[in-house]
Amino acid sequence: MDLTFVVQGLLNGLLFGGVYSLMAVGLTLIFGVMRVINFAHGDMMIWGMYLAWLLATRLGVDPYLGFVACAAVLFVFGFLVQRSLVDRIVDAPHEMQILLMLGVALVLENVALSIFGPDPRRVRSPLALSTVWLGPVFVDVARLVTFGVAVGLTLALYLFLTRTDVGKTVRAAADNGYGALVVGIDVRRVYAVAFGVGAACVGAAGALVAPILPFSPSAGLTASVSSFNIVIIGGMGSLVGAFVGGLLVAVAESLGAVFFSPSLKELVSFSLMILILLFRPTGLFGRRG
Amino acid sequence: MTALHRGLLGAALAILVALPAVLGSRALSVFVFIFFYAYLGQAWNLVSGYGGQLSAGHAAFVGVGAYTTTMLAMHAGVSPWLGMFAGAALAALLGAVVGFLGFRFGLRGFYFVLLTVAAAEVCRIVALNTDAVGGAVGLYIPFTGNAWQLQFQDNRGYYYVALALMLLATGVVALVERSRLGAYLMAIREDEDAAEALGVDTLRYKLVALVLSAFLTGLGGAFYANYLFSLQPNAVFGIPLSVDIILRPVVGGSGTLMGPILGSFILSPLAELSRTYFARAGLVGTHLVAYGLLLIAVVLFLPRGAYPPLARALGLGRPR
Amino acid sequence: MPLLEVRDVEKRFGGLQALAGVSLTVEAGEIVGLIGPNGAGKTTLFHLVSGFLAPDRGTVRLAGEPTAGLRPHALCQRGLARTFQIVKPFQALTVLENVRVGALVRASRYAEATARAREVAAFVGLGAKADQPARTLTLAERKRLELARALATEPRLLLLDEVMAGLNPTETGQVLELCRRINARGVAILLIEHVMRAVMTLSHRVVVLSQGRLIAEGAPAAVAGDRRVIEAYLGEEYVDQA
Repeated sequence: MDLTFVVQGLLNGLLFGGVYSLMAVGLTLIFGVMRVINFAHGDMMIWGMYLAWLLATRLGVDPYLGFVACAAVLFVFGFLVQRSLVDRIVDAPHEMQILLMLGVALVLENVALSIFGPDPRRVRSPLALSTVWLGPVFVDVARLVTFGVAVGLTLALYLFLTRTDVGKTVRAAADNGYGALVVGIDVRRVYAVAFGVGAACVGAAGALVAPILPFSPSAGLTASVSSFNIVIIGGMGSLVGAFVGGLLVAVAESLGAVFFSPSLKELVSFSLMILILLFRPTGLFGRRG
Repeated sequence: MTALHRGLLGAALAILVALPAVLGSRALSVFVFIFFYAYLGQAWNLVSGYGGQLSAGHAAFVGVGAYTTTMLAMHAGVSPWLGMFAGAALAALLGAVVGFLGFRFGLRGFYFVLLTVAAAEVCRIVALNTDAVGGAVGLYIPFTGNAWQLQFQDNRGYYYVALALMLLATGVVALVERSRLGAYLMAIREDEDAAEALGVDTLRYKLVALVLSAFLTGLGGAFYANYLFSLQPNAVFGIPLSVDIILRPVVGGSGTLMGPILGSFILSPLAELSRTYFARAGLVGTHLVAYGLLLIAVVLFLPRGAYPPLARALGLGRPR
Repeated sequence: MPLLEVRDVEKRFGGLQALAGVSLTVEAGEIVGLIGPNGAGKTTLFHLVSGFLAPDRGTVRLAGEPTAGLRPHALCQRGLARTFQIVKPFQALTVLENVRVGALVRASRYAEATARAREVAAFVGLGAKADQPARTLTLAERKRLELARALATEPRLLLLDEVMAGLNPTETGQVLELCRRINARGVAILLIEHVMRAVMTLSHRVVVLSQGRLIAEGAPAAVAGDRRVIEAYLGEEYVDQA
């Protein structure tokens, strides 16, 4: 096994991991704050991708700029979904939430299917048409930019949660919903903001992936499952876990593609996830409860 | 069961048996799907409706059953009527493994759901990469129309087999409902710790329910293979099929006997209608949008499904 | 041989030592009251005895047999039943169906279990509501349902966790009477209670737990006057006033 392949695989994985991390961070935020499992996560990402595609093809906006708009739109969508739907069943058993979000996923995926059709699409970004050589390995500029933006967004989210007042109320509500109510925090609004931010993360992730991979509506549920894998491995409710988990899974999959075969790479992340589920259900960074 | 209840069921059954005499092939195929999905939904209902252990990976059992039956038919000339039991047995084995891992390690709720999804996805990926079962291309089942091959010249044969399957699953669930297994499953669903404290070996009974459910579902795999004539990993192990299986009982009433059947009668014609009207306009998958909206509506407004209020309205007493 | 023998059990949760070496016994047919301020470790002790938790150290014996490694359902089969501090009815099932789950432990046939369940439901005074879903019951009725379910398993030892909490005096009196009738049938009872009048009138013996340790044991009257008990409940200042 040529070392170059391994290093290349590692590098590619790491760069793609930025997106995985962003997806996972969004999901874990929603879970951490509301204990809601967003089965529609991947399908929200699909819409991030399609919105980026629309911006690029209809308005000529590069996805590396357009991702902001995608994030904004998904924020509003997430906010509204939480306010109108999820809020009604926050206290219901988990099964009900799963089914509700599954319903949302079905609607999102198939409206996209109806509008855009099933054929895979791609977005070309003029910012990212080249590759850079670092010795024997090369770096796809698109992936590099995606990685940079994704990490930047995750950092921004971290700062938002720790340094801004809104962010702190979100964390307060996550830590102790009842206590937050008692001190006068509008918990319902906080939940909606958190959901919106989570959706924005994954919307941005979608826009950032659009220049790298071809996408179609049917990838929605699979993307959701990938996000769950990462969050389980990293630890539900842990931002650090989601971030590290994203990088870890992406690298593991990439190396899996190098050592076994590209079509078996998902087996790696599923195996990891199952092992964590069984032996360390709180994940690598999660807390109990 | 009241006399009214008995009468209604009898009449419904008589109508269903007589329908093929008056309906054309196209209409019959809609019923085949209604019965078949009601069958799969009923099998799911056992472990997820009555037992409360939500599974989003039941396609795994369909796939294992379908591939086993087909491989046996293709390579050993075994009739699917026999092969289906081998398929069901293997599916049951898979169910036992998943159940043992999940339940023994105390996975509940969302974590268990994720395990079932992982199981189906692993099966899908393995099948995609195993040339012996056709890999990504899958398997094609030649059409012979031979009843020994579980194939029929026209839809009437398939109609009756699907109807029989639906009645079989419903019969099994009805028996379970009135048995120790059923009482224990429902207790586990309502409150697992309280059930454990009352002498219920929760691990064992959850496992039994899952294995039985997997067996029945695997049995259906043989029908799937010989009605659709093509097995592809993404279709037969895929999440969309698992979701399709869940939809009927959830909309109709999970944990009730009639739920999966009612749900199937609501959803399958919806799919057919949308295929007829929207597909012409080039809109694919619109029925799934309707499914999604229906699912949302059910969760928000009718969390126990369509059957309980219907039963109350018809004076059928508590849904059983 | 005592029916229940707990010897030097210890249980720690992270930084909290919930039980620091507790021993107690319950003889067949006895009623033992388990009292103590909040956080004393009483419910933890119940979880250890009923198999929901394993002790870090120490042993629990039921009718002489060690219970180590046995899951709650196995202990129930050996004659130990419990209720929960926050009642856990099977909400969607009827009263009868709830009780039947308990009855199925002993009954070899389903029909037999149903008949037995009906009897037990009537015994606790829920006969008229047998076909009502559990979710429609009042709190007092739910407590009785919890009792009925446990009773239907035909236990030799019944663990009652604050079964009178949240009840008004009339309801408390009714549950008290029920406990006496259950005990009259030969069932030993270990009960956690904060309603002092109930514990003192019902129990043959009282055990007092405070901060994970046993601080007093004896007849109800003796324990009530014990200075260590008063100190644990009310603090030092009140000891001399008692």
